[in-house]
Amino acid sequence: MTDQSDPEAQAGKLKPWIKPSIVMHRSGLVNKFGAVRRDRWQTDIEEVPIGELVHDFGSPLFVISESKLRDNLHRLMRAFTARYPSVRYAWSYKTNYLGAVCNTFHQEGAWAEVVSAFEYEKARALGVPGEQILFNGPHKPRAILERAIKEDAHIHIDHLDELYLIETIAKETGKVVDVTIRLNFETGYTENWGRFGFNVESGQAIDAAWRIARSEQLRLTGLHSHIGTFVLDQRAYGAQARIMCAFLQEAEDKTGCEIETLDFGGGFASHNALQGIYLPPEQVVPSFDQYAEAICTPLIEATYERSARGRPLPILILETGRAVVDDAESLVTTVVANKRLPDGRRCVVADAGVNTLFTAFWYNHQVLPTRELIGTPEETVIYGPLCMNIDVVRSSILLAPLKAGDTLVISPVGAYNNTQWLQFIEYRPNVVMVHPGKEVSLVRSAEKLDSITAHEHLPKHLSSPVKSK
Amino acid sequence: MSAIMVAPNRIAVTGMNARPDNPGPGLAVARCLREAKNYSGKIIGLGYESLDPGLHLPAYCDAGYLLPYPSSGDDAFLERIELIREREQIDSMIPCLDAELPIMTRLAAELEKMGVATFMPTSAQLELRSKDRLDELAGHAGTDAPKTKSVTEAGFFFNCGQQGWHYPFVVKGIFYDAEVVKSAEQGAAAFRRISAQWGLPVLVQEFLEGEEINLTAVGDGKGKMLGAVMMKKLAVTDKGKAWAGISIADERLFDASAALVAATQWKGPLEVEVMRTADGTYQLIEINPRFPAWIYLSAGAGRNLLEVLLQLMRNETPPEMEPAPAGVIYLRYAEDNIVPLADYESVIMHGWRVPVPEPENHKQ
Amino acid sequence: MTLDSIDEQVILPDPMALKRLAVSESGFVFDPVSGHSFTVNETGLVILHALQRDSRLNDIRELLSSDYDVDSQNLDRDLLEFLGSLSNQLEHP
Ligand SMILES: Cc1ncc(COP(=O)(O)O)c(C=O)c1O
Repeated sequence: MTDQSDPEAQAGKLKPWIKPSIVMHRSGLVNKFGAVRRDRWQTDIEEVPIGELVHDFGSPLFVISESKLRDNLHRLMRAFTARYPSVRYAWSYKTNYLGAVCNTFHQEGAWAEVVSAFEYEKARALGVPGEQILFNGPHKPRAILERAIKEDAHIHIDHLDELYLIETIAKETGKVVDVTIRLNFETGYTENWGRFGFNVESGQAIDAAWRIARSEQLRLTGLHSHIGTFVLDQRAYGAQARIMCAFLQEAEDKTGCEIETLDFGGGFASHNALQGIYLPPEQVVPSFDQYAEAICTPLIEATYERSARGRPLPILILETGRAVVDDAESLVTTVVANKRLPDGRRCVVADAGVNTLFTAFWYNHQVLPTRELIGTPEETVIYGPLCMNIDVVRSSILLAPLKAGDTLVISPVGAYNNTQWLQFIEYRPNVVMVHPGKEVSLVRSAEKLDSITAHEHLPKHLSSPVKSK
Repeated sequence: MSAIMVAPNRIAVTGMNARPDNPGPGLAVARCLREAKNYSGKIIGLGYESLDPGLHLPAYCDAGYLLPYPSSGDDAFLERIELIREREQIDSMIPCLDAELPIMTRLAAELEKMGVATFMPTSAQLELRSKDRLDELAGHAGTDAPKTKSVTEAGFFFNCGQQGWHYPFVVKGIFYDAEVVKSAEQGAAAFRRISAQWGLPVLVQEFLEGEEINLTAVGDGKGKMLGAVMMKKLAVTDKGKAWAGISIADERLFDASAALVAATQWKGPLEVEVMRTADGTYQLIEINPRFPAWIYLSAGAGRNLLEVLLQLMRNETPPEMEPAPAGVIYLRYAEDNIVPLADYESVIMHGWRVPVPEPENHKQ
Repeated sequence: MTLDSIDEQVILPDPMALKRLAVSESGFVFDPVSGHSFTVNETGLVILHALQRDSRLNDIRELLSSDYDVDSQNLDRDLLEFLGSLSNQLEHP
């Protein structure tokens, strides 16, 4: 870490060293007041000094805040329950399926939303009962479907082949299975993810509802749709609510089913800067209240009459992923080297790259130093440690000079990194969680050689690098 | 935001990017302020680039300051305004660029706390002018609006005929940019280019032939439109920006704008853009939540709208005014301003140009 | 690599180019030949002034290490990099 002692006391009257720099003024680039504030740095995470964390757990290091996770979920639920009486939340495993993260949410009442056999098994292994699991996704092999049906999990059907398979299993086990169908449609504000579920406009979805109504084995009780991710225009959700309610009406009128749940999927944007979006997150990302307003107002309007006829209001389900987890996690990385590129730009090499920070492919994450930097900020490229040209953490950021050994905090990184990170070239680092009261625990340990070779098998004649005679 | 009563005496005006080919409105606003009969205070020009011409023009701006780009976030913006307030004692701000309005309206209360007053639209009024709500706006104005649709997939351009969309029509970005397309291939290409830059949805809009006419005025926030000036472009640059225009008296444009202001209770400056088509329909194209770059025409036509804005900021009731007389022409030209190297240095190194103090000793 | 082993002629920017620079105390630097302007930081300014006074490399190193808290390895590395980028900016802007 940086020296803790007072430099003046250490070196008499010597001034602290500032790496000399010269920067040419280019038209359109000369507004140093237009960029990052030079006085911004971050010394701790939830009051635990970053130096201490790195000393104890190494670098790079993921740091999760438990209270932030809980707070975020509370805020989301408050926004919705204040506007609609019956709200259920399911934690989307793929966003971050570290056990400690999942269980924090489960303790707050979250169900599990899973999309594969692995995720299903993980939720069960953590102790989530089958009836509190929503099972989405286009690939649910027979074995896991059999288990899910036996354990009364909520299956969200993606396509007709799956529908037939569920019907077959149900017949074999003599069960009547409550199912949800996933819908897709044009909201007018998002690109339709038409590859998932049944299309509303073409009539596919109502055909599926008919098909289920005619089955002895199946009961249609839920509608689901996940319209996209990082949806910045909350009006898309208003449109989704209207379209799904209209479909609910049509399906109930035509097929006689009774819909109990309306699942809106995920997709709320987090406070991260998407590449290619000009304005910063605080200016473009709607609040939970704005999303809630967009969904609940048309939802109440559309179901008002239905509830007047004595039908209970459908349960509103949310599978919000990134917006509740992203800003609860940071990545600490260490500067390995400073360089000049042939074109004159400055760059630093950090020990975390796209292998640990997969989301660097689409976000301009916030990067803060952990001490006050002295000197003129300059356009800088931050590269990761990989011997690969694509390993770029930030392609351009204004930073004052850094020293090798300096640490940087990258945030927010809670969504889709601990699940999409790559075991590529480097070991994956430690992940710690800071609990209330500044207590820190290791929630996933850094990989070692064993973690990777444990799954390999060397055929006998390849067990040595030397050819046997 | 029940505005505190202020008597603006040190006004900051943004948008000093008075580029010859596509000027921001700030410098013209400053010029109107200079000539306003009810204002003799200081004018502080705010811009984003050290070469923004308005920063360097003492005739209109007593001092010039750089601002952080709206993209650097609320904190950086507020901090810079606070510094400018401390140094220049600014007491009010007139934002002149579209991209500033969202951040300014969101931070209006904080600015006010800081002692910086504004008179601008509310966030809800700003949202109304989002391009995909044109129909709603036109409803308020009692005009037509070009048929507009949000498109999220390039596939639309290949079967749009079935939905009643026939080439040519216009493909527009949600914030900026527009291209007339004549075929499915062109449409899909424009869709990809524009969505890559400005995101989804992309809008398609009926291609209208006709004459664009504009109106600028100030809404008092209670439904009244004040001091309208109407203009028809006489000549445009290759970017489609007017460099000459003439004031007109078009009753339908006036009535439509007044209805809009009444229905939305518009607060602050606005510009209304309308297309008068060959067959006599009036189509609402857009409203901008600020003064236009041609605002000096208002002073030229004897309806200096900055005087009106100042009266509203002071809680005075502006007198009833006849619409501006027709037939006043403005002709924009470029002029080379001489800038001392020291001023340029100061803007680069400190982000400001401040007046050079009078030397105490005039002798050698 | 240490600076002692380096040929000053090769690494120092052209003395004529250095002399013509207008260097302001704010760190604003103007090159009247190319018309380019630059910002140098505090230590860059010290070095630039020294170079304009025809200081030798060793003088500059001493000057800096007597005022700043820096070890010779870091000093040499940063100084080399600065001189490199200075020459670059002055000669092939
Ligand atoms: C079905 C489903 N639900 C929820 C989510 C979580 O989405 P987000 O992180 O955008 O909220 C996803 C993500 O892809 C999903 O596919």
